[in-house]
Amino acid sequence: MADLFDDYPAGAAWDEVFDRTGAVRPAYAHVRDTLVQMSETELRGRADALARSYLNQGVTFDFAGEERPFPLDVAPRVIDGDVWDTVAPGVAQRVRALEAFLADVYGAQRAVADGVVPHALITSSTHFHRAAHGIEPPNGVRVQVAGIDLVRDEAGDFRVLEDNVRVPSGVSYVLSNRRAMAQTFPELFAALRIRPVSDYPRRLLAALTAAAPAGVDDPTVVVLTPGVFNSAYFEHSLLARTMGVELVEGRDLFCSGGRVWMRTTQGRRRVDVIYRRVDDEYLDPVAFRQDSLLGSPGLMTCARLGTVTIANAVGNGVADDKLVYTYVPELIRYFLGEEPLIANVDTWRLEDPGALEEVLDRLDELVVKPVDGSGGKGLVIGPAASAAELDRLRDRLRRDPRGWIAQPVVQLSTVPTLVEDGLRPRHVDLRPFAVNDGENVWVLPGGLTRVALPEGELVVNSSQGGGSKDTWVLGGVPPARSSRAAEHPQSVPVGSSVPIDANPDDTRAQSMQQQQSRSTTPSSGLDGAAVAPC
Amino acid sequence: MLSRIAESLFWIGRYIERADDTARLLDVHVQSLLEDPWAEEDLACRSLLSVMDSPAPPPTEAVGRAQVLAILAYDRESPAAIAGALLAARENARRAREVISTELWEAVNATWNQLPSHLDLSQPHEYFRWVRERAAVVAGIVDSATARDDTWRFLVLGRSIERADMTARLLTMRALAGAGGPTWSTLLRSCGAHEAYLRRYRGIDSDDSAAGFLLRDQLFPRSIVHALAEAEACLAVLGPPGERATEDAARMRLGHARTSLEYRPLRDVLDRLPAKMETVQRACSAASDDVRARYFPSRATTTWVGEAL
Repeated sequence: MADLFDDYPAGAAWDEVFDRTGAVRPAYAHVRDTLVQMSETELRGRADALARSYLNQGVTFDFAGEERPFPLDVAPRVIDGDVWDTVAPGVAQRVRALEAFLADVYGAQRAVADGVVPHALITSSTHFHRAAHGIEPPNGVRVQVAGIDLVRDEAGDFRVLEDNVRVPSGVSYVLSNRRAMAQTFPELFAALRIRPVSDYPRRLLAALTAAAPAGVDDPTVVVLTPGVFNSAYFEHSLLARTMGVELVEGRDLFCSGGRVWMRTTQGRRRVDVIYRRVDDEYLDPVAFRQDSLLGSPGLMTCARLGTVTIANAVGNGVADDKLVYTYVPELIRYFLGEEPLIANVDTWRLEDPGALEEVLDRLDELVVKPVDGSGGKGLVIGPAASAAELDRLRDRLRRDPRGWIAQPVVQLSTVPTLVEDGLRPRHVDLRPFAVNDGENVWVLPGGLTRVALPEGELVVNSSQGGGSKDTWVLGGVPPARSSRAAEHPQSVPVGSSVPIDANPDDTRAQSMQQQQSRSTTPSSGLDGAAVAPC
Repeated sequence: MLSRIAESLFWIGRYIERADDTARLLDVHVQSLLEDPWAEEDLACRSLLSVMDSPAPPPTEAVGRAQVLAILAYDRESPAAIAGALLAARENARRAREVISTELWEAVNATWNQLPSHLDLSQPHEYFRWVRERAAVVAGIVDSATARDDTWRFLVLGRSIERADMTARLLTMRALAGAGGPTWSTLLRSCGAHEAYLRRYRGIDSDDSAAGFLLRDQLFPRSIVHALAEAEACLAVLGPPGERATEDAARMRLGHARTSLEYRPLRDVLDRLPAKMETVQRACSAASDDVRARYFPSRATTTWVGEAL
C-alpha cells in the first residue's frame, strides 16, 4: 500500500526514524505505524486541526500583515527515555558550570587568575556588563532559566551547539504544542507513555520565588515584557497567566525609596522578583541605553541594593558568548571537577595561532558565526554562500577575529516532516529548558524541537522560517504510588450515588406525542366512521 | 405563568447547564487519561460512571474511555448524557415556545440541528468545545435578552441547581480518582476557573485552596456556594408562599446545603468530600422535587379508568 513514507530518501545525516538499513528505530515504532495507517487526507486533516487550534489560541506570527499560525508539524519527534536520561544530566551539568562561571566573572575571577580563560575573553565580550559587578543574587542563582541548544551529529550523538542563559525563549511553544498534539492525536498519547511537560510554570515560579530577596516571605513575582508588539509576547503572557502573576511593562514599574513598585488600582505594590524578558541594554536607562522606553529607571540600583531580584541576572550574556562556548568543557572540569557529559561541536577560535589562516583557507566548507548573535543572525554557511559573500566575509574575519567562530558543517539529524510530497526528512535541533531553583537544576523532559522546513536547510531558527515539532520523551519510571486503596480510583459506594433527574414530562412525551399526532392526522376507517352522520 | 411552561423553562435551564458541565467533566476525564501514561483507565472510568449514577458493565469487562463517552456524551436517549440533554432541552423549549424569545429558541433549536454533525467520535475534545460554546450562546441570550421576570427566574433557578449538582459531581470525581486522577489545575481549567483561581491565590496553588475555590468561592459563579446562593435568590423572589405553604422547603434545603459548606472549617469538608458532595447532590435533587411540587403541581395525571361499578 502506498503510504506517506514512500520514497523516503536516505541522507548523509542521522535519521531519527530509520537507520542506515531502512529499519525503523524502536523508539519510533509505534508513531511510525500509526502514521503509516493514516491516509494522506486524514493526516492533512489533522495538520489543519493543529493549525486551527493555533489560530484560536493566538499562537501566531505576523506574515505580511496577516496572522499565520506558528508552524507545528504533525509528526512528533520522539526521544527514547534511556537516551534522554543521558542528555538531561548533561544539560544540567552545563547549567551548573555556567552558573559557577558567572559567579566567578562578576566576583573574584579565579578562573582568569588560574589561567583557564584569558582575561581579555571576558572584558571583550559585548554582554559583559560592569554594572552587574557586585550584585549578589540572594540564593546564588543567576541563570533561573537556560536553553541549551543541542544537535545530533552524523553518528547520532548529541552535541551542544550553543548556550542561552540570557532570555531563552520558546518554552511556550513546548507547552502549547503538547496541548494541541494531545487533542489531535489522542490515540498516540493513549498508547505511549509520554513524559508530561505541564509542570514547567510551577517549577519556574518556584525558582523565581526561591530567588526573592532575603526576608520576603510572600514575594511578588512579575513578568516584565517589552509589550504587545514583541514577537515573543505570546510567550510572556502565557508564562504570566500560567504562573498567576502580573505581566508588566516598563511603564507599569517605578522605583522609589530603593524599591521597585508597580502601579495598581489599589495603589502601589512592591515587586520582589522580576522575571524579565527585556534585554540587558533596555532594562534600565540609567545604567544602559538612555533612550530605552522598555525598562524602568533605577532597576539596577534596586538590584544592587538587594531589594529586588532580576531574573535572569544582568550580564549573563558573557556566558553564552560563542567564544566562551569553546571554553565550556574546560570550565566544567575546572569548576565542577567532572568530565563534560555532552561534547561541544568542534570549533576554531580565530585568535588561536594558525586558526585564522586555516579557516580563511577552508571557508567554503565551514559555518561561520558571530559570537554575540542569536537566532541565526549573521551566520554564514560556507558551502551555500557565493564567492562574493565569502570574499566579504574573509575581510570581516581578518578585521575582527574576536567577533567570529568557525565550525565544520554539522549535518543535523533529520526527522520526517509533512511537506508537499508527503513525509520527508528535515533537519532538526533541540532546545531543552533547564530551571535552576538553587537547590537543583530541573530539565524539562523534551524541549523545543525546531525544524528547518526547506529541503536540505540547516538553519532551524523560527526567525529564519523554521517550524517546530512536539518532542516526546518516552517511558521512564512511573511515579511512585503506594498500593493503598486510596491511591486508586474508587467508585461511589452502592446506594450513595445520586441519580440525575429528568423532567418527567419528557418521558411522558412519547405517549402524548402518539395521541396528539393521531388526533391531527386522522387515519381513515375508524375516524371516518365516527364523523359519519347517523 | 402556566405551571407547565414554568416547568419547561426550569428544565431548559437544567439541561443546557447539564450538557455544559458534563462536557467539561468529560473533557477533564479524557484529558487526564491522555496526560497520565500510568492511568488506570478501567478503574477511573468505573469511578466516573458511578459518580454519574450510570450502571457500569460487569467487573469482568474492561471499561474504556470510548464506553464512557458513548454513555455520557453521545447517547441521545438518556437525559444524563450530553446529546440527550441537548435533545431534551430542545423539546422543552418547543413546549415553552410562546414565552421564550425567538433568539433563545433559535439558539436551542440550532444546537439540536447541528448535533449530528458534531458527533465525531474521533475528536471528543472538539465536540466538548462545541457543546460549551452552544451553552454559552444560550446562557448569553438568557442573560441579555430575557426580561428579569419569572421566565428568567425559572431558567436561572434550573441552571443554578444543576450547576451546584454537577460541580459537586466534579469534585466527587476528583476525590475518588486517587493519585492518578486529574490534577486540581486541570479541574479548575475545565470550569474556566484556573486563571481566576491563580489570580486570587497568586500562583501559590495547593490542593486545598483549589478545592476550596470550587466549593465556596464567593465571587466565582461556578463554585457550589455561589450557585446555591443564586438559586436561593431566585426562589426568594419567585415565591409568594402558596396558600398552604408555611415554609419554603426548596429554599431550606438549598440554604442548608450552602451554609453547611460555608460555615464550616474547610478541612472538615475536604476530609469527607465525597459524603459532603453527596449531601449537596441530594439537596439539589430534593429541592428540584420541592420546586416541582410547589410550582408545577399538575403532576397527578387524571386518568380515566373504565371500571365497572
